[in-house]
This record gives sequence, C-alpha cells and structure tokens, in this order.
Amino acid sequence: MSAQPIVAKNPIVEGALVLADGSVFEGELIGAVAPGGVASGEVVFNTVLSGYQEVLTDPSYAGQIITFTYPHIGNYGASLADFESRRPFCRGVIVRDLARRESNHRSEAHLDATLRRYGISGIAGIDTRRLTRLLRDTGAMSGAFGSAGEAALLAAAQAEPGTDGVDLVAQVTTPTAYTVGSGDRRIVAYDFGIKYSIVDHLATLGEVTVVPASTTAEEVLALAPSGVFLSNGPGDPEVVDYAVGAIRDLVGRVPVFGICLGHQLLSLAIGGSTFKLPFGHHGGNHPVRHEASGKIEITSQNHNFCVDPDSLGDRIEVTHRNLNDLTNEGMWVRGEAAFSVQYHPEAGPGPHDASYLFGVFDEMMRDPHDWRDKPRIRRAPPRRMAGLPAPELGLVDLVPTTAGAV
Amino acid sequence: MPKRTDIHSILIIGSGPIVIGQACEFDYSGTQACRVLREEGYRVILANSNPATIMTDPDFADATYIEPLTPEVVASIIEREKPDAVLPTMGGQTALNIAMTLFERGIVGVPGTPELIGANAEAIATAEDREKFKVAMIEIGLAVPKSGVAHDMAEALEVIQTIGLPCIIRPAYILGGRGTGIASTQAQFETLASNGIAASPIGEILIETSIAGWKEYELEVMRDRNDNCVIICSIENFDPMGVHTGDSITVAPAQTLSDVEYQQMRDSAFACIRRVGVETGGSNVQFAVNPLTGEQVVIEMNPRVSRSSALASKATGFPIAKIAAKLAVGYTLDEIPNDITKMTPASFEPSIDYVVTKIPRWAFEKLPGTSGVLGTQMQSVGEAMSIGRTFPESLQKGLRSLEQGRLGLNCDPAEAQYASITDDDLLAATGIPTPERIFQIGELLRRHVSIERIHEANRVDPWFLDQMSIIIEEREELAGHPDPLSLTRSQWRRAKRLGFGDGQLAYLWGATESEVRAAREALGVIPTYKTVDTCAAEFAAKTPYHYSTYEDENEVQPSDRKKVIILGSGPNRIGQGIEFDYCCVHASFSLRAAGYETVMVNCNPETVSTDYDTSDRLYFEPLTQEDVLNVIAAETLSSGGVAPKVIVSLGGQTPLKLAGLIPVELVAGTSPRSIDLAEDREKWAALCQSLHIPQPPGGTAIDLEQALGIVDTVGFPVLVRPSYVLGGRGMQIVHDSNHLARAMAELTGFGSLGKEGGLSAERPVLVDRFLEDATEVDVDAVRDHTGEVLIGGVMEHVEEAGVHSGDSACAIPPQTLPGWVVEVIESYTASIAAALDVRGLINVQFAVLGTTVYVIEANPRASRTVPFVAKATGVPLAKVATRVMLGATLAELRDEGLLVPPVAGGHVSVKEAVLPFSRFPEVDTALGPEMRSTGEVMGIATTFGQAFFKAELAAGTLLPTSGTVFLSLADGDKPAGIVVAKRLRELGLGIAATVGTAAYLERFGLPVDQVVGKVSEHAEVTAVYLIADGKVSFVINTPQGRGGRTDGERIRKAANVNQVSSVTTVEAGLAAVQGLAEQGGRPIEVRSLQEYHSRP
Repeated sequence: MSAQPIVAKNPIVEGALVLADGSVFEGELIGAVAPGGVASGEVVFNTVLSGYQEVLTDPSYAGQIITFTYPHIGNYGASLADFESRRPFCRGVIVRDLARRESNHRSEAHLDATLRRYGISGIAGIDTRRLTRLLRDTGAMSGAFGSAGEAALLAAAQAEPGTDGVDLVAQVTTPTAYTVGSGDRRIVAYDFGIKYSIVDHLATLGEVTVVPASTTAEEVLALAPSGVFLSNGPGDPEVVDYAVGAIRDLVGRVPVFGICLGHQLLSLAIGGSTFKLPFGHHGGNHPVRHEASGKIEITSQNHNFCVDPDSLGDRIEVTHRNLNDLTNEGMWVRGEAAFSVQYHPEAGPGPHDASYLFGVFDEMMRDPHDWRDKPRIRRAPPRRMAGLPAPELGLVDLVPTTAGAV
Repeated sequence: MPKRTDIHSILIIGSGPIVIGQACEFDYSGTQACRVLREEGYRVILANSNPATIMTDPDFADATYIEPLTPEVVASIIEREKPDAVLPTMGGQTALNIAMTLFERGIVGVPGTPELIGANAEAIATAEDREKFKVAMIEIGLAVPKSGVAHDMAEALEVIQTIGLPCIIRPAYILGGRGTGIASTQAQFETLASNGIAASPIGEILIETSIAGWKEYELEVMRDRNDNCVIICSIENFDPMGVHTGDSITVAPAQTLSDVEYQQMRDSAFACIRRVGVETGGSNVQFAVNPLTGEQVVIEMNPRVSRSSALASKATGFPIAKIAAKLAVGYTLDEIPNDITKMTPASFEPSIDYVVTKIPRWAFEKLPGTSGVLGTQMQSVGEAMSIGRTFPESLQKGLRSLEQGRLGLNCDPAEAQYASITDDDLLAATGIPTPERIFQIGELLRRHVSIERIHEANRVDPWFLDQMSIIIEEREELAGHPDPLSLTRSQWRRAKRLGFGDGQLAYLWGATESEVRAAREALGVIPTYKTVDTCAAEFAAKTPYHYSTYEDENEVQPSDRKKVIILGSGPNRIGQGIEFDYCCVHASFSLRAAGYETVMVNCNPETVSTDYDTSDRLYFEPLTQEDVLNVIAAETLSSGGVAPKVIVSLGGQTPLKLAGLIPVELVAGTSPRSIDLAEDREKWAALCQSLHIPQPPGGTAIDLEQALGIVDTVGFPVLVRPSYVLGGRGMQIVHDSNHLARAMAELTGFGSLGKEGGLSAERPVLVDRFLEDATEVDVDAVRDHTGEVLIGGVMEHVEEAGVHSGDSACAIPPQTLPGWVVEVIESYTASIAAALDVRGLINVQFAVLGTTVYVIEANPRASRTVPFVAKATGVPLAKVATRVMLGATLAELRDEGLLVPPVAGGHVSVKEAVLPFSRFPEVDTALGPEMRSTGEVMGIATTFGQAFFKAELAAGTLLPTSGTVFLSLADGDKPAGIVVAKRLRELGLGIAATVGTAAYLERFGLPVDQVVGKVSEHAEVTAVYLIADGKVSFVINTPQGRGGRTDGERIRKAANVNQVSSVTTVEAGLAAVQGLAEQGGRPIEVRSLQEYHSRP
C-alpha cells in the first residue's frame, strides 16, 4: 500500500438557515465567513443545471440569497470568462453540495475560493428541495444563515426588508460610463445591472457605450446613438423612477430594446404597470412562445416582477408569452421602434434559442421605420469583449477550507 | 398544429427478441406508442415476434402480429392491413432496418404506399451510413473525428500527416474487428498499417484519430414538425471514450461541463437533428470532448428512440416515446401537456435536482471463453439505474441494485479479492475497461493512490474520482467507530447521505444488518422520499414517482386506499428478463382495475414497470432487504399505519429472495414457507414421496465428498446445480468423478457464485441423476384458496431434458406426448399445488421417460413462460394469478369475465430461444443446462412444422431451402439422424457429413454428397473449411455426451462466426426438417393474435 496521505479533511463548520417564517434548515458553512455569523437577504431559487457562476455574478441577484436546486455545484470550477459582471452582488448562496474538487480545462479557481475572494457566504448540505418547495408555495422569503444561533438568525431574517421598494439598481450600476467594441454606429446601453453577455451581443452590432442608470435622456441623445438598450437589473422596477422618465423621453426618438428589468421599465415608461409574481421565474428551461410564428424558445429567466399587458391595452402588441404560466414575456410598442423581452436572449447561462432578438435590434437600428421581426436567425455566441470592467478581485485559487459537504 | 386526420391506421414495428443491445427499452417505447396512438383514435397495427413483451398483449393494439420480423413478413402484414403510415422509430435498429429495406423495395415511404412517420428514409440513411453522416456533419460545420482511407503505405503516410498520432487503424471488410489497432508511435503505425492493408481483402484501411480517453456525452433531443427542438437530458459517461455507451456507467445530468460548453453541445445537437432530417420525435446524439482543450466532436446519432431515451425518460420523468409518438402524428410540443405537472406544456427542458447513475450488468460468467474486456461492441445484458441526491449516494445505490453480491462501492466480502494485487498492477488493470473497473478504482483510492495517478491510468474524470474518494474517506471514518451504537445522528445522516447501505455498515462493524437498522432507526435516521418531477420542484408534481434519500422532508402523500406493493425484477440478466416485468406490469394493471392502489418497486430503467403511469406509485429503488423494508415502512406510514400487501412472486428470483425477510403476514399469495418448501431439497423430496410422484434420485451436498456419496447411490450422469438461482446458473451435467470434482470446485471457490454467497448448509448444491433422452415438459398453473387449479398451459420442449428450459424451444399444445401423459402431468401439477398450498402461480417441470413422468422441480411463482402461455391460449394468466393472490377465487374471476376459457385447437404456438453467440465468437454454441439465451420469439401457425419454421425465422435461424446441410451427430443421436437425412433428401437438399455420421447414414441407404475429415486430425477438407468457404447453408451438429468436444466445438464456432444457422440438438434438427417440409419455400401466412384468440 502506498503511504501517501489522503486529502486533508477540512473542518466542518455547522450552521443553519432560518427563514422569516421560522423554518430551520441545518447545514455546513461554505464560502466567506459572514460578519457576525449572519448573512441575510431575500431567498430565491434557480433551477439551472449548469451556469452557477454566471448566476452568482448576475447583478440582478443583488440583495438575494441564491438557492441552487441542482445538488452538485462547483463541479467545473470558476473562470474569469464566466463572470457576468465585475463581482457577485448576491447576499449568499445555498447548495446541497459544493464540489470538493473541480474538473474542467476552463477552470481557473475553485468555486469556494471564488466565493471567499468576493466575500460571499454560503451554506451547503441543505435540503434544497424542501426549501424550493417552500419558496414555491410562499414566494420569495427573507432568510438568514450563518453560525449565529437560530434566534439571532430568525431575528435577522425578519429584520431583512426584502427587495420591494429598494433601489438595488443604484448599488449595482456602473459608476461611470465606459465603451467597448467598435463599429460605425453607437449603441447606448443603460446599466441597471447589465450582464456582460448582453454587452458582448450588442458589441456585434456596433460600439457600445454603457452608461449609469441615472443618465438622462439628453445625455444619451447627446451621444447620438443608433439605438438605446435597457438592461436587466435587480429588484422592483417602480423604484427606478428616474430611469422611467428618461426612457419615456427616448421612445420615439431612437430605437429602444429592453431585456428583463429593461422590459419592465419600458412598459412603465409607456404607461403600463407591473406586478410581483408569486414566486418569480428563475431557471434556464422556461418555454416561451413567439406569438407571430408559434415557435417555442427555451429561455433563461430571472425575474420576480412581471409586466401586466392589460395595463397597456392597444399600446403594445404582445410578442412573447411564457407557456408555463402564460405571463407576458415580450412586447412591441405599437407604432414605435421599441421592443423588449422579459427573459434573457443573451443566455449566459442558458440556451441560445432567442439570440435572434439581437438581429431584430440590428434591423430596427438599420431602419427604425420599416423593420421586421425577421429573420429569426440564431446568432453564434459572441466572445467576451475586451474593455469590460474586469472582475474586481480576479481569481485566486485558494485551498478550499470548507468544501466537501454532503 | 393539431394531430393529423389524413391518416387513420398506423403500423408500429417492434424490435423482436431481447438481444444484447436491444432489450426491454423497446417494449417500453413500443408500449407507450401503442397506448398513445390508440388514445388518439388511430387504428394501431403492431408487428413483433417477442411474446414476452407487454406491447404484444392483444389489449394494446387493434391487430397484433406475433410474426417473424423480416421485411417479407412485414410486407405481408402491410399487404393485409393496408396501414396509412408506418412508425419505424420505436423498435430499435431492427425496425429501422426493416423500414429501410421496405423503402428500397418500394413498399413503404413512396407515393401510393404507407408513409414513414417519425423518420423518413433519407434521414435514416444519413444517420445510419457512417460516411454519409460524417459528410453531413462537416457540411454544417460540426467537428467529427478526423479520418482518411489508404490503400498502400505511401497513402497511409500521407493520411497520418493530417490526422496525427495516436490513431486507430481499421482494415476494411474484416469481420469482428480483426487487425484493428491503436498506434501511438510512428513505428507502431507503420506496422499496423502494413498489416492492416495485407489483412483487408480489398487492401484498404481506415485511419481515424484516436479519441480514446476523451470524455463522452450524450444528449437526448426532441423535435416537432414546427421545428421546435428541446434537450430532454444530458448524460455524461463515467467511462471515457472507448467503451460502448451501453457498457459504460453513465450519469445524468452532465457533471463536468460548464454552461458555455454545454450550450455549444446543445446547439450542435440541434444542428445535427435538423441536418439529418429527423422531422419529429426523439434522437440521441453522442459527443466526445477532449478534456485538455474542450474540443467537441460528434460521434454518432440515432434517429429514433433508443436505450438512452428510455434512460433519459426514467431519469427526468419526461416520457420521450410517448411524446415522440404524438409528435409523429402531427402535434407540436406546446400542444402536449407535461404529464407530471399537468399545468405546463411538454415544450420545455426538464431540470432535475438529483443525480442518476446507470450501471450495466454483464453475463460473462455464463459465456466461458469471453475475455470480459469491454470495448466498442456492447456486451452487457441489462442495467440498473439509481437516483440519489448526490453522485456518491446514487453510485452506491446503483451498485447494490445490480444484485451481484456487491453492497456498494466497498464494505463487503468481495472487496478482499484485490488484496494480493500490487498498486501498479491494479492501476494497470483499470486501464483496461472491465466490469470490475469501478471496484478496482475504489480499492486504489482506499490505498491512498492519488487521483492524478488513477486518472493517468484510466482517464476517468477527476471529479468522479474525487466523489468516489469521499465515499472511501467516509468508510475510513466509519471504520473508526466500534459498533452501530457509537454513531451520532449527524454521523448516521452523513453516512446514509453518501449512499452507505445498512449491509455495508454491518460488514464494517461485524454486526447484523438488523442491528444496524435498529441503531439507525433509534436515532430517527430514516429515508425521506423525494419526487421525480421534471422541474426541480419549481411546480407542483402530480405524479408520485419517488426515490429515497436522507433529507429533511418526505414527499409521500397519504392515501387511504387499499394498497399492494409489487416488487419488480431488477436489472435484466440471462434467466431473468422481460417476462418477469410482463408479470409485474400485468399485476399492476389487474389490481388497478380491481380498485387497488398499486405501488411498484424496481430499479431497471428499460422496463414498462418503471414507467410512472404503469402503477399508482413508483419507487425507483434497489431491490434489497433494506430498501424494500423502507418502502414498506413509508407506505405503511402513508396509509395511517396499515401495512400494504407485498407481491414477491412475479419478479423472478430477485423479489423471491426477499420473501423471507418481509413480515410473513404481508406476503400476498403463496406463503414464503411454501416457497421454501419447494426450494428445500429434503422437504421437497419427502413431499413428492408422500404424493407418490416419481423424482429422479438425488440429494444435496455442500462439498465434493457428499456429492460423491450421492453419485455412489444414483450413478452417473448427474445434474449438478446450486439452489436459489435462476436460469441454471452454474448448472452442469456431470459424467464422471473428475468432472464432478471440477464442478464442485467451481461452485465452492471464488467463482462468480462464490461472490453471490458461495455454498453453505442453507445453500447446498443439488445432485440428481440425469435422465438421458427424456422429454421435458413445463406447466404453468394457478391455484386459488378454494383449491381449484387452473392449468394455464402444458409445454412440451423440443430439446431433450438437459438443455435448460429457457434455452429450449417448446410447443403448446404438446406435440408428441400421448393424451393420457398430459393428463397425468396435469394431475401431478394439481396435487403438488395443493400440497404446497399455492395461492397464485406455480410452475412445475417434468421429464417424461418412456411411460414414467418424473417431476424435476416446482416453483410456486411466476415463470418465464407465463406471457407465452397467455399469448398462446388467450388467457391472461398473470392478471388472473395476481387477483387470486389477493384472495379472489377462479370462479369469481370467471364471473367477472377476467378468466376466459383458453382458445383451443386451430393453432400451434412455438416458443424459441434467442442466443447471444453472434456477439461472442469465442463461445461454444452447444446448448446445455446453464441458460444462455437473452430472449425469445414465438411462432404461431396451424401446424407445428409451420409454427416452428416461423419461430426459427423470427429467432434469426434461417432454415435452408437449397444448398448443402452439414450433419455431424453424436452416437446417440444417429438413429434420429436417419430421419433428418431422409427428409433433407426428399426436400432436395445436399448433405455433407463427418466420416462417422456419413458411414452410419450410408448403412441405411442414405449416401452423403461430401464426407469431411476431422479438424483435430488436420484433414484437408473439414467442416470448418466448408463453412468458411460458404459451401454450407445449415449446420446440424450435436455434441457428444462426454469429452471429445473439440471438433464439434470448432464446427459450431465456425458456423457462428460465418453466420451460418445451426442447431445443436437432433430434436431441433427433426423439428427443422418438419418445418421445412411444411413451410419451406412457401410464403409465410400472417394472422393477428386477435384473430387467433377470437372465440366464436
């Protein structure tokens, strides 16, 4: 027998997750040590089977604790190329099992090391299915986890304000404008929490100037854009009223394309309303029907709020519909060069089925008066653009200390 | 787009007998397709030769043709039924090939003929023709392994410039892959290339980049006629490229692909299905990924539902075959509701929140001479699937599901077998894929050999190795505890969450399994059952499809209906296959119809029984004591404390072995005591004696000395067999004491049986006088609690006693037995059933020698022949028996209309076994007492000869209508040979024979056309030579009773390798000539089962 020692055992730090309703889940702590032994936020779930790093770094999760329903997370490690923003903005991560050892040629660091590098705490060993079933029935709920006692965690969970009425966009938007790519036309992209995959796609259409959420319409128009893009982002659209005003001034003056929060903001700008879904859409497998062709797109989704198409009446044409719950997934503003979708055609993570929408935006910018929603040609996933703000802290592959929970 | 109204009738082609590579999964898909299309109002016509399938039940189609699956026969069915469409994508390769031949002959798929739905001829050709497929993939920009063709060394050297090393060299037109090799160096390349060019009859070699060691993936794709595409499941193989995916341990979903890579693969799969042109339905696309660079290449695609589709369906809860059938008739994915959620459409991609592991089961122990090395040709006969929340849990559950004596990855007696092997040897061994590899890797991890070194040796992904290492480390941790009482609750939970079974822990602590269970339960550590719901809990699931794990929340819903648990038969193996699944499924159908709530427990992903809508509840669980007791406990809890009845006698040996471990009052039907009585040699002998039913003399032995003692009184030859096995495992006919010593050593030693527990006073060897030349008879009967006995069928075997009943052809009704003998057999059966107090099915085997009827054995359980009997007689035997087990009487069932009288007269049904020899050229094809067939077919016709001819044709044995038949007969078979030769002459066939056989025949005025010498004597013209030269169209070769087998063995192997049909018993030879006389040369008449079963 060889005398080589087996991998050193990591000390297991037990912890618990407590929800605002008093539900307790036992687990083991992973990632960064939470200040005061408490990490709190709105607990949501995501059902993707791959793409955990893209989800963790999606600014739309600001203020939230992400539960992954797939039990093994971290299997293929982490890489700089898979960051969707300059850092994760989520409040924590809940998994059944964090892979002790990753394996993939793209991996540059262990996921646990990445979480700690960016100060994200997590908890493993959780019965995530029980948690998901609970959240499915009650809707997103505040929760807290950590090494603090159950009473302290419950207090923290109940003190957590949730995401309604909170301006999370202000926390995640870029402090200053920046430009990526090149081309003979300029696209101004509002950063409400923009994902890098979107910028990559937009950059295939021209030079992209990413601007802070508070940029006014005049400032945007001063850049003489061929089109304006409204990005995804976290939280309640009603709170981002400053952007709604700007969008109102832009529609009709320049082609507009919105995704996710951008879709909601566009609908508010033209007089519509939004409402909070009972438990949101968080996954990479939602069927959406493109109403004009009847074709189905499997889409990546992440939103709690939803546009109420009835509030807009004839002002819009509903272009896309979610087949699971028949909620609105996309619209064209009648008579205007403006359209938006609730889901994520840029994928990252998720299927590429709806990438044709960037082609539609291309058509619209080419001729704002006579564009059509065709051809539905899938666009190859673009490469990560140079010039995007690099992940703030890079990646350091530290030796994991707490991974291996089962 | 709603369903098509321009077609009204659809012919579904099944896959025929169970063979390696084509098993129950096509019964599952075909059954789903039949059900769905009938529900949609189409007239369904089914063609399948396999009587053991559920799909061939007359209830599942409007017209069921149990006929040979040849293009000619299917053409006759089309001629007769005139279907509007043919669905060829549900019956595996068999159905696709037939469809293609019919298309080429202008019988389907061209204007004026039935339309091919699901996949058209062009799509099938593109996917199936390797070269065409490659070209098509390159055309759409997908990478394929680089390759080139060379005819001389100059060309070869040119090709290797572009392809690079390592590469695979394959000579063209060489059977069985001879001359194929992998070259890693230039020198190796040059040697292999020049040898390959020389070996190929056309002097051509194919040189292909070697991607052995790359990671292998599969995606299950569905497409509808609106061009909507979805991926149902991704699968990652534990075994890297080089092992057939059917022989690989596979895991769903993919574990080590980043989303970027996965989406690239998804895009490629869609591009592939679109380019190949599969318009609707399911396909499977295989990829290889270079672990160092992520480079992806397409390996192949199946334009039809496949083994992997069945696995993907069970792994996700998405019923691929059912949906594929709906898509084939015009629905689009968004028009079909998801059965599981009821709320959402089928146009989505399932998300799962657990890990599924599939592990194949092989039968090398039954095929002496095989190397046991896995490669690009599939060799496994079955598989188990397991579900756990994590890979370690799933893997350990899967390993114990195999029922091969392993309790998990380790912690069982079999782990000792590697003790004497050095690290280096063990590492090297893992580089050669075999069924043992997973355990060898476990042992290396236990020895603390690094993951890097292990990966270096066998290319298994480090993620899998690390997950396995977590199991090993836990074992070390657990071994540090003195006994089951020293664990805390969280330690228990941790161990159970890693999939450790109570049996493993019992081994580790030297405790009993029940002690371990008691200690665990005392701390409240019991399994929770989660639900397979296609959506990772995002939506509420309506379908109670469960698996166990150790978590917080149990999802089993309460119910106050009367419940019955049906224990299934686990992974398919030789001796225990689809027939038992048929019985379990029928039990569920019949009990549901009678108002019971049925609960199925099984771990075989290929089967109909593990379809979520076969039973009211499905537990996808291993069939072990621990797992079954857990299900009983969970179901008792969900019924408010009322324990359900458990059916143990329909799933073969697997559930029967558990009968004694289940509370006796819960066992439905025949009491476990009776089961034991029939198995216990001494008690059984006493019982037969008291009933005055003769038995071959014999006894039981646990060692050679005792065995010799028995032989002293009964004399040679003797039949030696272990108890408590199915399919004649280890059974031998022994002619002398040397052979007896060998046989006993094999049974007691570290052979495969040793692994299953070896011999003991509880599991002795049975030694019986072997009755030479006796006729074997099988009876299936049902007895109810009033004592009424229903004789289901009396089957006369074609082959003499000594050939395992599972490998023997048989006929209903008996063909040569006098009527009074059949009556004696029926009376004996009834009195044995009464003596055993049977409540349900019993199978009794008899041997008739002269005027004496001997009873060989009785088994108070479902037998392999139950479905055949049902199809031959029109009596739903399994359904009737199940009701009887739950207390109904035959009289009541008659009143109810379930039990109908058999359809008598008018037709003869013949069952023939299908053997796996074409996959194993190194194996002797002679039949013996150890069962080796993988499946069966049925022939029905108005005469025995015609039915036998059909059965042979269905089994792939081509009876010759011209050419020369080669005869070589054992001395005892020579008189019958006269008749065979005479008939052959009358039919105008030529005869070649060995010297001895020829001389004998000539003595009776039957000159042979060619006399050949013995291979062993180096004669110039031998049978082997004639066969290889294509001069023989049929071989009748019967082995000598003892020794001297070498010549015959060579002849049989030659016939096997050269694909010349052969029979190895003179009885089969006689039946063959009778078949030829009655059928040869004439077109086959087809008739549906419904017509045969129709009662005036």
